[in-house]
Order: sequence, then C-alpha cells, then structure tokens
Amino acid sequence: MTKRMNGAEALVKSLEAEDVEVIFGYPGGVALPIFDALYDSKQIRTILPRHEQGAVHMADGYARATGKAGVALVTSGPGATNTVTGIATAWMDSIPIVVMTAQVATSVIGTDAFQESDITGITLPVTKHNFLVKDARDLPEVVKEAFYIATTGRPGPVLIDIPVDVSKGELDFAYPETVSLPGYKPTFKGHAKQIKQAASMISKARKPLLYVGGGVIASGAEREIKDLAELMQIPVTTTMMGKGGFPEDHHLWIGMPGMHGAKYTNYTITETDLLIGVGVRFDDRVTGKLSSFANKAKIIHIDVDPAEIGKNKLVDVPIVGDAKQVIAALVAELRKSGAEPKTEPWMRAIDDWRTNFPLHYQHREDALMPQYVVQRINELTKDRDTVIATEVGQNQMWACQFYTIRRARSWVSSGGLGTMGYGFPAAIGAKVGRPDSLVIDIAGDGSFQMNPQELATAVVNDIPVKVVILNNGFLGMVRQWQELFYGKRYSASVLAQDCPDFVKLAEAYGALGLRATTPAELDDVLTKAFDHPGVAVVDCRVVGEECVFPMVAPGGSIDEMLGGIPGCPVSEMLDDELLEEVWE
Amino acid sequence: MQHTLSVLVENKAGVLTRVTSLFARRGFNIDSLAVGVTEDPTLSRITLVVNAADTPLEQITKQLHKLINVIKIQDLNPADSVERELVMFKINAAPEKRHEIIEIANVFRAKIIDVGRNSLTIEATGSADKIDAMEDLFRAYGIKELVRTGKIALARGSRES
Repeated sequence: MTKRMNGAEALVKSLEAEDVEVIFGYPGGVALPIFDALYDSKQIRTILPRHEQGAVHMADGYARATGKAGVALVTSGPGATNTVTGIATAWMDSIPIVVMTAQVATSVIGTDAFQESDITGITLPVTKHNFLVKDARDLPEVVKEAFYIATTGRPGPVLIDIPVDVSKGELDFAYPETVSLPGYKPTFKGHAKQIKQAASMISKARKPLLYVGGGVIASGAEREIKDLAELMQIPVTTTMMGKGGFPEDHHLWIGMPGMHGAKYTNYTITETDLLIGVGVRFDDRVTGKLSSFANKAKIIHIDVDPAEIGKNKLVDVPIVGDAKQVIAALVAELRKSGAEPKTEPWMRAIDDWRTNFPLHYQHREDALMPQYVVQRINELTKDRDTVIATEVGQNQMWACQFYTIRRARSWVSSGGLGTMGYGFPAAIGAKVGRPDSLVIDIAGDGSFQMNPQELATAVVNDIPVKVVILNNGFLGMVRQWQELFYGKRYSASVLAQDCPDFVKLAEAYGALGLRATTPAELDDVLTKAFDHPGVAVVDCRVVGEECVFPMVAPGGSIDEMLGGIPGCPVSEMLDDELLEEVWE
Repeated sequence: MQHTLSVLVENKAGVLTRVTSLFARRGFNIDSLAVGVTEDPTLSRITLVVNAADTPLEQITKQLHKLINVIKIQDLNPADSVERELVMFKINAAPEKRHEIIEIANVFRAKIIDVGRNSLTIEATGSADKIDAMEDLFRAYGIKELVRTGKIALARGSRES
C-alpha cells in the first residue's frame, strides 16, 4: 500500500514508523515544509529549544536516559553548524541520535546560497554516518537506515541533510521493513573459543578486576555484569561513562578509575592480575600513563567495536561482540565449569585500601563545600527515581565522586568531548523521556552560563528539571590546573559569583530561584527545589578555591596521585600479613 | 612499509571523500590512489598505496571497516597479487632525437600515442619499477609533462579457491 505525499510528510511518517515521540526542533527558511508536516503529527511532540546546540544536547540527554534514539531537527546554514558541538558530544560518547538538517535546494547546492553550509562535509568526522538526500523517493529508506545505524553496533550520531526541494518533492510513500547495508554488519556474538579462554582465565585469577564502561550501558548488560561479578566475587570499577552499569551501593563496586578516581580504585587497577575491560576504550583520563596502567595484569577486552581493541593497550584476549551477549555467555561458561571465586584475600586488600584511602574533603560549618552539596543531593534523593545530569569540570568530578548512581541510565554527562553547557539541555531531554523521574543537573557557574537560555524551553514546555549550581565564581577546573601547574596565575578563569544573580535569572524566566550559602540552610533549600512542581534553580555559593582530589597529573601514572600521599608505593600501604596472602 | 590496499566500496557520491579523509585525519599520506567502477556497477574499487607501519595500518584498516559504505578491504601482498600502473610521458623530441626515443619506448613495450613537432607522447604500463626506469631514461631528453594513474592491483587467481 502506498500513498502519494510530499517529502516532508513522508519524513514525518517515517519518523512515526520509528516510534519517535519527540523532536527537538528549531525551524528556519528551508526547514519550513518539514515543520509544517510536523504540525499535523499526533504522535510526535515538537519542542522548541532556544538554540540549536540545546536541541542536540536535549536529543542526546533523551537518548541516554531512555535508551531510544534522540531526534533533533534544524534548518540549514547556521542552524546546521550550531549542531556540531552536540553531534561531536554524542559521537565521542557513542550516543544514538538522529539529527536532521534542512538544506538549500539541490539546484543551488554549491553556489554559496543564503544559509547554505556543507553540513555533511562538516560533520563527516563526528558522525557514524551521514546522508545528503537528493531525491524525495529516497527519504523513507534513508530514515530507516539512519535509525538502524544510530542504534545498532556501537551506537552513534547520524545526520540526514534534506534539501528543501526534496521536502517538497512528491513520492509514493511506503516504509521499508528491512535495511540493505552490505558494508555494515556489527558483530553481536563473541567468538566461542575466546569466551572459553576468558572464562578459564577468570576462574584462575586471584586478583581480577572488572573495568566497565559506557558499552555496558549501551548494550543493557548491567544485569549480566552483576551476575558475573557476584558469581566470581570480582570487584568492579565503572568509568564515568559506565556509571550505573553496576550499582554503586554494592560492596563489589570500588569506584571510578583514573584522573579523579579514588586512590583505592587506582591502586586496585595497578595491582590486578586480570583486567576484564567491558565496553571501555582505555581512554587517557582513565589510564594516565599507558605503560604503567594495569601492567601486572593479563587483559581481556570485550567490545562491539573491533577498532577499540588493542587501540591504546595491547590485550591478551580480545572478544568482539555485544557486552550483554558475551557476558551472558561467559557467565554460562563459568557456571558450567563450576568455577569458584578465589578473591577473598583480594577483596580484603581492597577493603583495606578503601578504609585507609577514602575520598575525603574538609567539611566546614561556616561555608558551603561543593562536595557537601553533592552529598546532600545524594542523601535527599536516594529513595527517589533520580537522573543526574552534570556539566563539565569540577562539578562533574564531584558528582562522580560523591553521588551514588544505583541504576543504569540515571547518569547523563559528557565524557569524551567534555562539553561545557551540555548538562542543562541534556537534563531537559532526559526529563522529556523520563517525566516521572526527578532530573537534576549538577552544574558549575561557568558551564551553566553556556546554555542558560534553555530555561525558557524548560519553563514554557513545563519540563520541571532542577539545576543545582556549585557556584564558586571560577572556571573551577581551569583554576585548579592553574593553581597546581601554573603557579596560581589565574589567567582568564575568574568569573563573578554574584554575576549573574542566578536567583533573579531563574525568576526572570518564571522558574523558582533559590540560594544556599551555609550548610545549615542547604537541606531546606534543596528539598524545596526538588519538591517544587516546576523548574528550579539553586544557587549554591560554595567556597571558591577548592580542588578535586585525588588527582593524577596529566600523563602521570595512576597510582601516583596528588592530594593524599603522593608517590607512596602500594607496598607501604598494606600490612605485611595481608600482602603475603594476596601475593602468594 | 608500503602497503597496497584494495578497498571495495559502494558506488555512491561522497564515498571517496569518506575514505580519503579518514587517512588524512589520522595523519597518513596517500602515495597513490586509483578508483573505478567494478564488474558490478553499484560497486567501486579504490586502490590505495600508503606508507605505514603495521600497527597504525591495522588501526586505520579497522576504522575503514567502520565506514558504512566500505564493503571489503584487502591488504595486497606483492607476492600474491598483480599490479599495474599506466603512465603517459610527453617528452622533448626534436626530429633528430625521435628515433632514439622510439627505440627506448620499444624496449619497454611502450606505445607512441601522439607526435608533435617537438615532442612525443608515450603510453606505458607496468610495475612501478619499470615505470621508474623509463622515467629515468627519458629524463635525459627532458620530460615536459608526466601523468600516472596510480597503482591498480588484484589478488592473483591462485589465491582464490
């Protein structure tokens, strides 16, 4: 059954067929036929952001919080170029989004027409794939392929560029049932022999460690990871992208690794004899100096993307496949062989490190410490279904350190690209996808000022997100690096704690604006914000010159951390008896 | 080390850019490139010569595989493949020198494809070594212009079962 319609209508029908429920869309000249067609859709809600960058971050936040592809639609030229940061953010973190850009008519492409930009060329290095549609009849197939590519294998952003004459052109619409992509065949099942070998290594390991990343969230493998960890009593470290891949209130969870990981986490990586990486990419923020990262360990690396295996670190057992399927097969293999955990002394050693080198900061009664604010948010929301978004910088690292993420898809944060201004629009997207969850953006005053205009989007569309600003009056992480490595020369990193007045800014948009300046008033203010039915912004005036510790100096070895006992070798931190037990 | 990559791709607009820009982004210089449609009009074959160590080459091959339009990649081993390149030389050739130049061309089984008042244009195919040797000899007369297609290569039939 086919129906005659124009390209824009076919596009909307195709999106409906992909179960799209919301589009973050900003119109403009050549996008108008598509927006006109959207006007009639009963299935798709169109949310107008206040900046195209916001639209893409919203689609991204929606995707991270729901697991479905997020969708953004913008016009040509500047509309399209404004999406680039959002697309690159999703690209670095492997987030499935489909971005549609309108384009000038095919007859004038390449003539520097008004609001023309070569967006498929511009986004080539930051999309999993992109399309320039030249014929309205290709639209349904392209949409089908775009969603398939974005959401399967290693997910990622896909862009569709749609010239205005294509939106207006006529076609007989029929949505394809299958895709034909001869060059795209992601591997899902791991190699059986490799899985067997991995199982055998795991069953023998005395000091194994699961190193779990964003791939576990993408694949929905959190149940399988928990099965494996519990079966063999393997401690688990989750990267920033992997937060929620393993419950952080579980005794086997040993924190986040890397530059701002806890000392006990990094010591564990340094001492492990079998590192099992799942959906991770051995990123430099995790590994520090590569040559000393987990250099006592054999490495098993499980990833759906073969290009990640052996990219940064040579591995002993590579397994290409979907984390959920591979880990399930591993667990089955271990159960069949009747393997028993041998990690009791190892866990005792880790617990010892955990007791001796916890994350800590100096609490103050007279002033707000940023870590304390995060701890209180954690405490006040622990019984609620909560999604935490963050901006980038100190706020993000303190959120990592002091908020306990208990479930997958409840952590929304820009990892690879480290995009300031991401958290707030992403929180809006997350709230749209998860209206019944409490969605909080833990922000810094610097990052929040990169996209505050989206307050209008949240208020007008009644998307009641909460923003808690750790307002220290600095570009905090930049200031920290300048303090530690540039002799406290605060070049271009000083903001103004009282400018803007975030309470008045919130009020100007019709949101609830609140302020906390002391620990005594914090709980009341946070509770008021979280219980408020609408959008709320909390300006927490925290101490200015606080650093995120511990810290591995850039390029340093991860067991040598600043802000504790720098350079103290692991051997000096264990009592001898325990050492003997672990090392024999 | 020099590698000859034979990359089978979908014959669609922009695919060559996707392939070559991947090399550029990762800092590889492409020494030679030849593209053409195959026996199946929906597919093209790109033959690329790159100078790269094994580890970075493996990484770039894996990245190439991730391109949606790339169907198959072969790293052709010179021992198991045949390779050819076509070249055209336009050589300074005063009437009294023509004969010598034609002699040289005949030795290399090259063809004279254009004769001018003071020049000869010669077409030759062969391996890179043969073409380099010819170029060396013709240089003595003065090469006005030279164009090479870039290497094309196929795995030998004996490799297929």
